[in-house]
Amino acid sequence: MSLPGFPEAAPLAGVTGGVLIGLAAALMLLGAGRIAGVSGIAARAFGLAEGSMPRMGAWAFLIGLPLGALIVMGQTDAASPAFAEPLLLVVAGLIVGIGTRLGSGCTSGHGVCGMSRLSQRSLVATATFMATGFATVAAMNALGIEVLP
Amino acid sequence: MIRDTLVPLAAGTIFGAGLTIGGMTDPARVRGFLDLFGDWDPTLAFVMGGAVLVMALAWMLQRRMLRPFLAEGFALPDRSDITPRLVGGSALFGIGWAIAGLCPGPGFAALAIEPLSAAIFVAAMLAGMLLVRLLEGQG
Repeated sequence: MSLPGFPEAAPLAGVTGGVLIGLAAALMLLGAGRIAGVSGIAARAFGLAEGSMPRMGAWAFLIGLPLGALIVMGQTDAASPAFAEPLLLVVAGLIVGIGTRLGSGCTSGHGVCGMSRLSQRSLVATATFMATGFATVAAMNALGIEVLP
Repeated sequence: MIRDTLVPLAAGTIFGAGLTIGGMTDPARVRGFLDLFGDWDPTLAFVMGGAVLVMALAWMLQRRMLRPFLAEGFALPDRSDITPRLVGGSALFGIGWAIAGLCPGPGFAALAIEPLSAAIFVAAMLAGMLLVRLLEGQG
C-alpha cells in the first residue's frame, strides 16, 4: 500500500508498528500501572534516576526492545538500515540524554503515553521536540550536512 | 518478582517489534519524517497516530480501574506545570533526535540491528543522562 504523492511512505507498516507500540504501552499501563517511557526506564535501569519502578523490571523492558527488533528482523529479508557516523552518534546521543532528562521524557513517554492522556506537559514537550527536530533537519540540509550514506 | 519482570519484558518486546515494523529504527525514515520542508516522508505520523489511538483507549479503561491487573497500584506522573526545564530539555531532545535519526527506544532496539552504531548512541545518551545528574548534584 502506498500513499498518493509520497512514494516512499509506508502507511500500513507505520500503522501496524504504531498499534503494536500502543499495545505495549497499554500493557505497561493496565498491567504494571506504569508509563512506558523509554528514556525514564533507561535512566532507572542504569541507576541514573530515582523512581518507584523496580530496577529488574526496567532492565526487563530494555532487554525486550532489541528482542522485539530481532524477532521482526528474522521475519524479513530487508536490507539493514544505514546509521550515522560514530562522531555524529556521540553528539546526538549526548544531546538526547541531556534533553530527555531535563525534559522528563521522549517520544514514547511524552509523544505516545502523555499525548494520548492529553497531559499539558506532554503536549508542550511533543510540540517542542517536533519543532526543533523539523528545524534541525532543515538547517542541516540547508548547510549541506549529510548524515546517512 | 516474576510478575514485576515478565510484564515489562513482554511490553518491551512488543514495543521493540512495533518500533522496527513502523520504521522508527531506520534513521533515514526518521529523518525523512523530520524533513518537513523537503522530501517529507509521513510514515512516522502513522506510527504515532496508531500508537496514540490505542493508548487513548487504554487511558479510558485505566480511568475505570482501581488498580492495574498485575501490580498493587498505579504509579503515574501527575505534574501539570510547564517549566523552562521541560521546554528547554524537549527542545534539546528534538535536536539530538534529528541529528542521527534516533530516539531512546529505537536506540535500544537497534542494538539487534546495527549493534556497534546503536551501542555508541546508547552509551552517549547514558553519558548525557549522567551529566545532568552530576550537574544537579544528585550523583
